[in-house]
Amino acid sequence: MSLDLVALAVLMAAVTYPSRSIPLLAPGIERLPPVVLGYLRLVGPAVLASLAAANALVLVEPDGSTTFHVGIEAAAVAIAVAIVAWRRSLLLPAIAVAVLVVAGARAVGIA
Amino acid sequence: MRAPDGKDALTEGALRASRRRAALDAAGMALAAVAFGIAYGLAARGAGFSIVEAFAMSVLVFAGASQFAAVGFVAQGMPWLAIVGLTFLLNARHVLYAAALAPWLQRTPRAERAVMAHGLTDESFAVGLAHFRRLGRADVPGYWIGALFILIPWPIATVAGYLGGQAVPDPTVLGLDIVFPAAMGALAVGVVTGRRELAAAVAGVAIGVGVSLATSVSVGVVAGGLIGPLVGLAVPHRPTDAPDDAAPSADGHDEAIGVAP
Repeated sequence: MSLDLVALAVLMAAVTYPSRSIPLLAPGIERLPPVVLGYLRLVGPAVLASLAAANALVLVEPDGSTTFHVGIEAAAVAIAVAIVAWRRSLLLPAIAVAVLVVAGARAVGIA
Repeated sequence: MRAPDGKDALTEGALRASRRRAALDAAGMALAAVAFGIAYGLAARGAGFSIVEAFAMSVLVFAGASQFAAVGFVAQGMPWLAIVGLTFLLNARHVLYAAALAPWLQRTPRAERAVMAHGLTDESFAVGLAHFRRLGRADVPGYWIGALFILIPWPIATVAGYLGGQAVPDPTVLGLDIVFPAAMGALAVGVVTGRRELAAAVAGVAIGVGVSLATSVSVGVVAGGLIGPLVGLAVPHRPTDAPDDAAPSADGHDEAIGVAP
């Protein structure tokens, strides 16, 4: 059994872990100016929204290029967002609805 | 011991309720993690990975997008240095997650934070941040609820996919590829608590999509996460808004925020 790629996994982990850990372990985070703390408070909404939109609205072609695409996926995400905006405790049902919408549309050939 | 005014009881009840909600939120994402872990295991097998190599990558790297990319790169014969460099770029968004969580975790022991860092993913960040904001303080066990719902099933699903993935339908046919963006969008709504957060989120969408179209999705997401907060900060502060340094504290004595909407 080959184990060569375990070394590659170790190298990949070595460049991934610092991005996860350095900001968490850096000393003096409590002494940052209020404006920086305010900036960090806003990172969550911005990056989560960015992740959702980029994954729902940007299609990655086989050659790696990207195109703008508004399809059933974007509609399903919008429905999930609307459900949670209405009742924040309904995240799991909102995801389930999104899955059903996409699976259903694909099953009938409209996506 | 409960305080006579019942404050401790309220806080404990809110804590339990918020942890339950974090578990529910994470459970939905765990289903998608299982499906894509199986797909990853199958893809790794197809690219010539041994089962130990595929499993090691899921345990050590623990970052789905870069693992899928690495499988493709290995199959193409790309040099390791290039694969490692691209892995760094693909996972650079974790810097933003860690920086956003850091103020909440400032009183958590450093060794514990070092362990928590390995469990930091898109999902654990989203679930953990929403949980902290509901409580108005950090809660490390609550963070681990989000992290373990991905950390445990992902390598197990990798092995399952490697051994028997051919029998499992394509996750996209089942619509499971929508779980990730739907969960991220819904959790973004959960952390929007004021005008500044809303402006940051809207800007994150516009910038993330725009830059993704011009470059790549990885770069777009990082750009949206970096620039969106600047737009949020530009929104005039109202006296009723939370101060910039209000919420992140970890001493457990902040007032609890109601869990139910």
